[in-house]
Amino acid sequence: MMNKSSNSPFEKWRAGELDMLSGFCETPKKTERPEAGIHYPQRVKDRIAHEAEEREEHLFKTVYKVMSVVFAVVLIAVLLFTITDLPRFGGEHNPTINEVSERYLEKGMEETGAVNIVTGMILDYRAFDTLGESFVLFTATCAVLILMREDKSERTLRKDERSDRLCRLFDDPIVRVSCKTVIPIIMMLGVYILLNGHISPGGGFAGGAIIGAGLILYAQVMGFERATVVFSEKRIKGITVGALVFYCLIKSYSFFTGANHMESIISPGVPGRIFSAGIILPLNLAVGMVVACTMYSFYTIFRRGHLD
Amino acid sequence: MISILNNVEEACAIVLFGIGFTMLLLNRNLFKKVVGLNIMDTGIYLFLAAMGYIDGHIAPIIVDGRTNPHFYINPIPSGLVLTGIVVSVSVTAMMLALTIRLYKKYRTLDLDKIYAMARESE
Amino acid sequence: MEFFWNFPFISIILSLLCAVITFLLKGGTAKRLTLGLNLSCIIMSLLTVIRNLTLGEFTYTMGHYTAPWGNEIRAGLIEPLFAMIFSVILMLSIMAIREEKYIEDSKLNLFFVMSDLIQAAILALAYTNDIFTAYVFIEICTIASCGLLMIRDTGKTIIAATRYMIFSLLGSGFFLIGVILLYDITGHLLMPNIKDAVTVLWETGNYRLPLYITVGLMVTGLGIKSGMFPFFFWMPDTYGYASPDASSILSGVVSKIYILLLIKVIYSVIGAEVFFAMGIQYLLLVFGICGMMTGSILAIREKQLDRMIAYSSAAQIGYIYMGIGMGELGIAPAMLHITAHAVAKPLLFVSASRLSAVSGESKRFADLAGSGYRCPVSGACFTIGALSMVGIPGLVGFSSKLYFAEAALEAPMSILAPVLLALAVSTLLNAAYYLRAVICLYSKGSRKIHPDETDKERPMFLISIIAFSAVIFILGIFPGYLMDIIGSGLEIL
Repeated sequence: MMNKSSNSPFEKWRAGELDMLSGFCETPKKTERPEAGIHYPQRVKDRIAHEAEEREEHLFKTVYKVMSVVFAVVLIAVLLFTITDLPRFGGEHNPTINEVSERYLEKGMEETGAVNIVTGMILDYRAFDTLGESFVLFTATCAVLILMREDKSERTLRKDERSDRLCRLFDDPIVRVSCKTVIPIIMMLGVYILLNGHISPGGGFAGGAIIGAGLILYAQVMGFERATVVFSEKRIKGITVGALVFYCLIKSYSFFTGANHMESIISPGVPGRIFSAGIILPLNLAVGMVVACTMYSFYTIFRRGHLD
Repeated sequence: MISILNNVEEACAIVLFGIGFTMLLLNRNLFKKVVGLNIMDTGIYLFLAAMGYIDGHIAPIIVDGRTNPHFYINPIPSGLVLTGIVVSVSVTAMMLALTIRLYKKYRTLDLDKIYAMARESE
Repeated sequence: MEFFWNFPFISIILSLLCAVITFLLKGGTAKRLTLGLNLSCIIMSLLTVIRNLTLGEFTYTMGHYTAPWGNEIRAGLIEPLFAMIFSVILMLSIMAIREEKYIEDSKLNLFFVMSDLIQAAILALAYTNDIFTAYVFIEICTIASCGLLMIRDTGKTIIAATRYMIFSLLGSGFFLIGVILLYDITGHLLMPNIKDAVTVLWETGNYRLPLYITVGLMVTGLGIKSGMFPFFFWMPDTYGYASPDASSILSGVVSKIYILLLIKVIYSVIGAEVFFAMGIQYLLLVFGICGMMTGSILAIREKQLDRMIAYSSAAQIGYIYMGIGMGELGIAPAMLHITAHAVAKPLLFVSASRLSAVSGESKRFADLAGSGYRCPVSGACFTIGALSMVGIPGLVGFSSKLYFAEAALEAPMSILAPVLLALAVSTLLNAAYYLRAVICLYSKGSRKIHPDETDKERPMFLISIIAFSAVIFILGIFPGYLMDIIGSGLEIL
């Protein structure tokens, strides 16, 4: 069976030279055309093979398109048909209005200390989801860093400078003056929303996004030389890691005490005050820092390929 | 057909989802795929947010210490939408990074051309 | 033993913390930390299994609020058992990586951040008792596995990653819509509460159509992500162009964890009675059998070793879906097959990469001839993995096929005939392409190859592939213990 010089079809297939199924089932032939007598020059052979490949690819594309359209149309039709069967929009007796949402509204303020029930819910009742959510951001930062990171050898100062010069708007007096007024206000607004997450609309994610936007605007207008003085790579990494570790540890204390029926030292405080709602305010701060750093580092990595 | 009018908001969300879905599946331009992805996600979040609404109720931020649940809308979908938005931001950043890398490598955003070039370099 | 019930929670938090800390470390330290983390997760899951065998299952509230209000995790027997199995496979795959080859030094720690996050996602998806938490960790798993893919910096890898990402996002979109519809008609997010509500809905006949659509969307979403029959076309490119480390983690762990979640959805969210009364399993049966056939036929046509292994993944996932499609009888064999495939596939990927390394980095069969002599240990381990996939008695692939056949014999004729036929035909097809590969490794090549003398096998690599082979043997000879635990685990799931 191990006849080395044999040219049997099995031997060829085993060595990866022959497609066993060609001719048996509906597969395009990869082997050369069977006109044995004529010797095409290599160029023509290539063209024939190329054309066959293109034809196959074209067929695949057409089938893919038709299938996708059919799939999408059927899916939308089915979903539209389904929602006619769903509970009425805005109805008071829908299945979603049950003991869960009622308890959140009735006792949420008393139990978590947060006036904003949504904040209380995501950071206390359903805190494990939110922990996962912060880690989604962290995962995305790392993934983007894997893709876009350039090594030190690849970065050249001139490239950085050129990109800075292109994006730098500092020389424009209108932009400069208006940004000098606007950036502090944006930052203040961000911090306000961050700190008041438990007593008014907002919270870590919204506030963090606003602060991140302010940082990006600063880097855009003032150039990276000035921005990196405040936000160096080390500092961004430190803040992100510190905030996430803090978040993890605080939350695991609360999970652990809760599951083991231990008394927690965290008290909800007086609802409505800034320093109330137990751990919600520090958690909001941590989340806000993570979000702001993530937004800013997305921008930096996209523009320069590194963080500092 | 009448019953679809009861759920117009959900129907809109589904149509948006469908537009985004078709774009994500069919468009050969990578950047438009990312746009489609975002439209699809937005459709889903609109759908989710629509679940929480109750006629005549207000946002779930306690006013004047009134904790009667017949006063506020359902807070759960709002929280879930928040989670969803964060996920979609992360995913969009990922997709954009992939797009930039592919563009730097092949100088085109057309997926078919990119496939063809990758095959040629084999 | 009472304290053991904290272990699921501790292992999840520990994985998340390690991921964050690894971000700051250098490559070598990061690898050691990751391996330590994997080992401690294995031990903690094992202790949880032992605790639950004596004391029974438990739910663990994440916070101070009980059932319908707060998040929960739950551990019966299936959850810690599979958390342990997947952690073992993740650890062995990480031990086998040859980082100096595919990964730049500056990105090495990010690779381990991603694998830590996959570890966290494995644990969280196995233990979670809340459907929305499952969605969040599915996204973490998706992004992290895409990150693992992209670590090898070639154009094709990035194309493959883009394709993988697009399909994964479609899958998670479907899953999310399913979750939302389910929330709209039941008003709950915690699995046991949803199950109660769904049972009532099914009995009263309310919202019948949304229920069907929900289950369909969830199955489709998880099916796309795990590579079910009509949706597996992302697989060969993804596994073929990624670095072998990434493909072994992706094929061994990531695609399986979605199937485990699907089984959890069937049992703990929809309820097995309702799900099997819906009749969706027949569709899964058909898709599974189609996947077995198509995957095998495409694998026979393939001329490159790693793409052949990737197509065979599609076929093996077809087996698993066929098992789920057979109804309650088939679930336990399907879970055994998850284990069998999860052990064998990483072994095949890593040993194939080593074999191609001694053949001048070529993956074509023509060039691989004789590589089994150049690298005896990898060749032997590849052979063991391949024979297990074919189903040779004494290896775990055989036992799972045997259990499939046994389950089919108890099923009605309409299931019995196609399943047995599919098993027979696909075993023949598997044998065709895997034996070709093995024969190819041990035949004399025509080309002279000068292997790189400096590229020696590292002890870690050898330990890893030998451990994989040992697991295949042990599970193949004593599958009964595992099946007993799976069987009693399914009763309390």
